[in-house]
Amino acid sequence: MSEALQIILIACLKVVVICFVFALVLGALLSWVERKMSAVIQDRIGPNRAAILGIRAYGLFHPIADGIKALVKEDFVPEKANKVLFALAPVIAFTAPLVVFAVIPFGPGAPFVIAELDSGMLFVLAIAGLGIYGATLGGWSSGNSFALLGSLRASAQMISYEVSMGLNLVGVFMVFGTLSLSALVLKQGEVLFGFLPKWGIFVQPVGFILFLTAAMAENKRAPFDLPEGESEIVGYNLEYSSMRFALFFLSEFIEVVVISAVTATVFLGGWQIPFVYPQGNGPAVVTTLQVLAFLAKVVFVMWLLMTVRWTLPRFRYDQVMGLGWKVLLPLSLANIVVTAIVLAFI
Amino acid sequence: MGKPVNRPSLDDPSIRSYLPEVLRGIKTTSKHFFRNLFTGKGYATKQYPEERFPYAPRYRGAHRLMKREDGRVRCVACYMCVTACPADCIRIVAAESDDPTIEKYPAVFEIDHLKCIFCGFCEEACPCDAIRLDTGEHRAPGYTREELITRKEQLLAKGGQSLAPQGGIYR
Repeated sequence: MSEALQIILIACLKVVVICFVFALVLGALLSWVERKMSAVIQDRIGPNRAAILGIRAYGLFHPIADGIKALVKEDFVPEKANKVLFALAPVIAFTAPLVVFAVIPFGPGAPFVIAELDSGMLFVLAIAGLGIYGATLGGWSSGNSFALLGSLRASAQMISYEVSMGLNLVGVFMVFGTLSLSALVLKQGEVLFGFLPKWGIFVQPVGFILFLTAAMAENKRAPFDLPEGESEIVGYNLEYSSMRFALFFLSEFIEVVVISAVTATVFLGGWQIPFVYPQGNGPAVVTTLQVLAFLAKVVFVMWLLMTVRWTLPRFRYDQVMGLGWKVLLPLSLANIVVTAIVLAFI
Repeated sequence: MGKPVNRPSLDDPSIRSYLPEVLRGIKTTSKHFFRNLFTGKGYATKQYPEERFPYAPRYRGAHRLMKREDGRVRCVACYMCVTACPADCIRIVAAESDDPTIEKYPAVFEIDHLKCIFCGFCEEACPCDAIRLDTGEHRAPGYTREELITRKEQLLAKGGQSLAPQGGIYR
């Protein structure tokens, strides 16, 4: 009994730590990074006026100011809205990406993962699919035509790209022969051709690019920000205000972290530092470094996603659908076939 | 002969696949990003209330009324500026002067800054070099309409002495 209690307590502790680090810190920080990074890319300075006791800290207090503002604003519910779904949608949108962190190994061994699922990757895909409900229900329940358009676009886009996202992961699973993320990372510690770490990006380079593209589209951010479409339909979150809007806003950034974490785990070798204790049984210093290596990889992918977001203009809606069904899907299928043939003859 | 523009064929697979062009775009944005991040040289932003762009010497700012040598107003209430003003923002009430050498002076001289468009026509029309827009100041905003009407005393407070001979030069 006490042992079971211990396990539950440890799991809860991990949940709190990981939620705190990834949701509150990284998510809030990303809203600052987004504004600051776009400013720096566009030769501006960006937000730097929020100050506590005269300390400006490069605008780092802006997320706090934004949070306070969101909390004290009026929480408006439209008359024609479905009250229950309207309240539920931001909660779904916010929690679904958070749940994904349950199966992501942050470091070597059991202490660094909340739940060691053998079908970890399926879990990620299933929960990511749940995330659609946030956007769809949010737009549909507000009783606003433009929000409904936004939610229709969100569901169409996410269903289209979910397919090629899943298919691209299939290639990786065929190579490594496992669905468990922890085992996947362990296998990526092997060496390819004697000099290359056997990371997903090296065994599935095409899959990596296709996955990243599909993941960006899943994320509903520019250049695939059609569900939001600020300049034309404002988007599924049109009728939301105050903290409910902030939840949608934050969930977008948490999704960025989720996608970066999944990409780092599946394609960039997770916590593996090339050629250093690939079985994860090194001394404490190495383990710490490996956790930091994972964080560094996540930050790198986030940087890449942010840079792409501030580089490309958005697609037209038919282009998004065309890219999803006519380009990404056939290429992912071809990638699987080629992988299968190569594996069959090795 | 126009300048020939290099238009690559859109059938080129490297363009149709987006990827090389996306990489080129990322190169451009990261060039700006890292240059600004590490050298801090590329920023175009001025931190406005603390740093300001210098105004050109001929910038037309808030009005002022010039003074005579004895400190009285140069204006002779001739209504030239009122006539020239396209926004109808100047209000003058003329009064007779005690000084026998001066015919009229403005008892009231008001500029309504809600109407003024800072075109400078009043300055050009003035035969006495009495009204000028050369203070180089922004007119400060106000909370009421009355605050935004500048009275003669306020206009005179900013005024200096003009070097031009009073009444202009006769030909």
